[in-house]
Amino acid sequence: MISQVFILSSKGDHLIYKDFRGEAGCDAVNKFYEMVTTLTGDQPPVVMKHKELHYVHIRQGGLYWVATTKADSSPFTIIEFLNRLTALIKDYCGCLSEKSVRMNFALIYEVLDEVVDFGYIQTTSTDILKNFIQTEAVSAKPLSLFDLSNVGLFGADTQQNKVAPSVAATRPIMSSRGEQGGKNEIFVDVIERISVVIGANGVLMKADIEGEIRVKCYMPSCSEMRIGLNEEFSIGKSQLRGYGAAVRVDECSFHQAVRLDEFDTYRILKLCPSQGEQTVMQYQLCDDLPTAPPFRLFSSIERDTGGRLLIYLKLRCDLPPKRSVLHLNNNPALPLFSYSLFSSLSQELSSPDQSAELQPQNKAVHWEIPRFPGGAQLSALFKLEVPGLSSASLQEVGSISLSFELPKYTCTGLQIRFLRLSPIQPGASQRWVRYVTHSDSYTIRI
Amino acid sequence: MPYLGGEETVRELRRALSNPHIQTDHLRYRNTIHRVIRLPGLCEYVEQPLTAGLKDKAACVRRVAVLGWAKIHALLPNTEIDAAVVNELYGLLRDPDPVVMVNCLRALEEILEEEGGVAINKPIAHHLLNRLKECDVWGQSEVLSVLQRYRPRSEDELFDILSLLDPALLSHHVPIMAATLRLFLSLCSMLPAVCVSALERARGPLLAAAGSSSRELRYAALCHIQLLLRSEPGLMGEHYKRFYCGYAEPPYIKQSKIQVLVELVNDDNVAVVLDELKGYCTDVNTETSQAAINAIGSIGRSYDDRCLGILTGLLELKQEHITSAVLQTLRDLVWVSPQYGDAVCSALEKWEDQLQDTQGRGALLWLLGVYGDRLSGAPYILEDFIDGVRSEVSAEVKTELLTATLRVFLSRPAETQDMMGRLLQHCIEEELDMCVRDQALLYYRLLHCGIEDVRRVLQCGRRSDLSLGPLIGRPPEPISQWASIFNTLEPLMLGASSNGFQFGNGPELEKALNMLSFPCTRVWFLKTLCLFVVIFQAYVMCPVPRCSPESLQVALQLVNIQTLAFTAPNKLPWKMYLYTHSSHTLTPHSSTTPPNTLILAEVLQFTML
Repeated sequence: MISQVFILSSKGDHLIYKDFRGEAGCDAVNKFYEMVTTLTGDQPPVVMKHKELHYVHIRQGGLYWVATTKADSSPFTIIEFLNRLTALIKDYCGCLSEKSVRMNFALIYEVLDEVVDFGYIQTTSTDILKNFIQTEAVSAKPLSLFDLSNVGLFGADTQQNKVAPSVAATRPIMSSRGEQGGKNEIFVDVIERISVVIGANGVLMKADIEGEIRVKCYMPSCSEMRIGLNEEFSIGKSQLRGYGAAVRVDECSFHQAVRLDEFDTYRILKLCPSQGEQTVMQYQLCDDLPTAPPFRLFSSIERDTGGRLLIYLKLRCDLPPKRSVLHLNNNPALPLFSYSLFSSLSQELSSPDQSAELQPQNKAVHWEIPRFPGGAQLSALFKLEVPGLSSASLQEVGSISLSFELPKYTCTGLQIRFLRLSPIQPGASQRWVRYVTHSDSYTIRI
Repeated sequence: MPYLGGEETVRELRRALSNPHIQTDHLRYRNTIHRVIRLPGLCEYVEQPLTAGLKDKAACVRRVAVLGWAKIHALLPNTEIDAAVVNELYGLLRDPDPVVMVNCLRALEEILEEEGGVAINKPIAHHLLNRLKECDVWGQSEVLSVLQRYRPRSEDELFDILSLLDPALLSHHVPIMAATLRLFLSLCSMLPAVCVSALERARGPLLAAAGSSSRELRYAALCHIQLLLRSEPGLMGEHYKRFYCGYAEPPYIKQSKIQVLVELVNDDNVAVVLDELKGYCTDVNTETSQAAINAIGSIGRSYDDRCLGILTGLLELKQEHITSAVLQTLRDLVWVSPQYGDAVCSALEKWEDQLQDTQGRGALLWLLGVYGDRLSGAPYILEDFIDGVRSEVSAEVKTELLTATLRVFLSRPAETQDMMGRLLQHCIEEELDMCVRDQALLYYRLLHCGIEDVRRVLQCGRRSDLSLGPLIGRPPEPISQWASIFNTLEPLMLGASSNGFQFGNGPELEKALNMLSFPCTRVWFLKTLCLFVVIFQAYVMCPVPRCSPESLQVALQLVNIQTLAFTAPNKLPWKMYLYTHSSHTLTPHSSTTPPNTLILAEVLQFTML
């Protein structure tokens, strides 16, 4: 049971405030902000309590999303509800930001009215909500010149036209009603998060992949959709299929709306997607990666005669050159020094578009590489002047963490064979399949 | 504006409610009811439309009408809701729309709150169970929590229900999984083996939640995993790698992952986990690095001396917060495992730093006091402290300094006597803090009694008594201890408070015990109590059964109350000192006391046994 729901900006401005049960006063909002800002870093801020009122909050899009409750409710339900609420509002407003919430406050109140009644969650499904929500979203994004670049000379199709612009999936699901015809689009995203720990000797100590297939549907009414996965896809250790390189995951779970009658034999998922975004399938793979981890690092740390610390790093990308030539953002946040601040940093990088800076508050060097083609190798030499450098300090250069995004690539090798809508939609419908691998935590010890 | 409740609005809404056009249009009718219910003055007008709304053709109207009755009950708590309406609501539990069904449960829960909520009998329970699949995530978790009140009549029925619910334990919707597990634990409270296998089933989804992309969900899952580990330490053993900290995770998640990792250490993975923890010791966040250092220390209690190597290695980094945390950890470690004494001494041999942190200074002084005979430099470090005692602000450091000086004096009188005199003089004559002054006076009088008495109080056997194991280690708890707080907000709040006060701080306890071995008085005991964080203090009068002290002791042990000390049986008043851990289900003040509270009690008896 939820007493109030409110949304605050990171500066504490009240963006949305809705009281469902009239149990607690609206000073709860100020009290919450007071508590959240006085927190020291060590306290877990997810649940707080003040005078019999529990505050549960999440942070999303730079905003505080807070639910208060008097009764002792399930934390999982409230946190999941807040997560779902952010997803709903993202669907309806296109993107999540302070600006879009401000501009669409009427719509958000309308959504809240339908989703929660007297503190009880009624429904969060877009299929039901679309009958009740009348307000149209105001798009918060300004006209971008980037969009114009997709239009070729005299309106001809350019090569880029075949690739959906990256902003295509960040528009409100409702706006199609206003436009003539609207765009019947459906996006199927395979998103993987990889977390890896590589020991000092180059041995893989931990490797986890958490993946999901997400469908974002802009079609007002979508009939059955069939998603075909790799036929060699297998779940668990015992079950192996086919003779080729199997695509294996440890555990796999599906959205309850997915019908699996053809899954066992043909690896086909059948579902009727509702408008907006939903996660169709989640899977995990632990320890046993089918390919080598995408990055390798060779390092050496020395002390030169002038008392400076020399860090030589060589980073190699082990992806096949064909696959990852497109764009590859790569920004390894570099060693974690836990001793006193450095006085200066000088660097030698192997190409001009890279940059490196010293971040004294994190005690780290940040090395940013905008593009990194597969199979390539980059190196960097950092010279740090550290006051009072001793031999013990050398051991203490912490681990190296990489954060990156690999587009068009999945570490498990999961692919979508086909994507069919049946019966075929009237009018032009566009289907997009996108793959991306994010680094959840990619740590290499030195 | 309908929300303002002006005359105009009231008239308009009344007109709207009686308008047949509006009554036929579901959406408009629903919205009108929505608005009217917010105005207390209009309740009398709304009852009739609500009754009609319960029978409406459109499900969306019925949903609103059902909750409308709960709202009326909340607005006018004194008026009884008509029994016919309650019956109607019970009838609507069979409504084809699942949301109406769940709303009926919610409304009845509120209306019948005084009678203990909606009555769950066998037909209702089975009806709800059978329709569970139709509800969405929110409805299912609501129904599951209501079903907790139902007690199956027979074992067969119980197992039917369990096998019906079993697939939900694997649901990837965490709220459903958690609600189902809670229901399992409450249904099978008499069948521990079933509970354990339910926990094993739910392990996969819980682990997945602990790696979810929403970090708030991750934290909630981690807190609940900590609960599970209290009874089933081996449950997650082979999945320890899932609890490695990510680089970008917020400190509170890292800290609870570290706490979980400590629980998962076993013979096979201890080396790998220590290696991982070592990496966290140099974390940018000071609390995280201290948590990692503590974790290494508590692994060291039961596992090899590699821990000590890591800890002493960290001292060389010469980072204030790391050094302080390492010293505290070493203090707690050697108190439990005296065999590490030599290694600690060799690490402290070259000590030359200045520490600012109070806790760290206290720990250093304690170590100096205990190993004063083996550390050649101990008196000289103490001398620095004594010279600076005037500018010392913390009473804790001063009492620690007094004890340490006295201890070193026992082993090396020639080097220490002069500075000890200066310290005692300062503390007795100039000190403003009563605790410090009393402590100094005590030592002064104790020295008058002769060196043997001093030795008996400060050095005798209590240095590390393994029989105090129950105070430090934690035996697995029965599942029922925490089943009642599973899937509530409490575990998340516990996570917030347990960081501050960790029980099992050996030397503090030792200090208390030292006091007890001294011919003790009431005042002494109460003063010793002040060393702990006193949360609750009370005096209780009660009759003690007439029996011998020994049989009383045995009887108390049966209910988990341990005896610290008692006076000779023929003395009056006869005294006995007891301690126990609090457990959440037993203490009435469970919401205010943190977990693992130590309860100390003094029993005084004024009549002969």
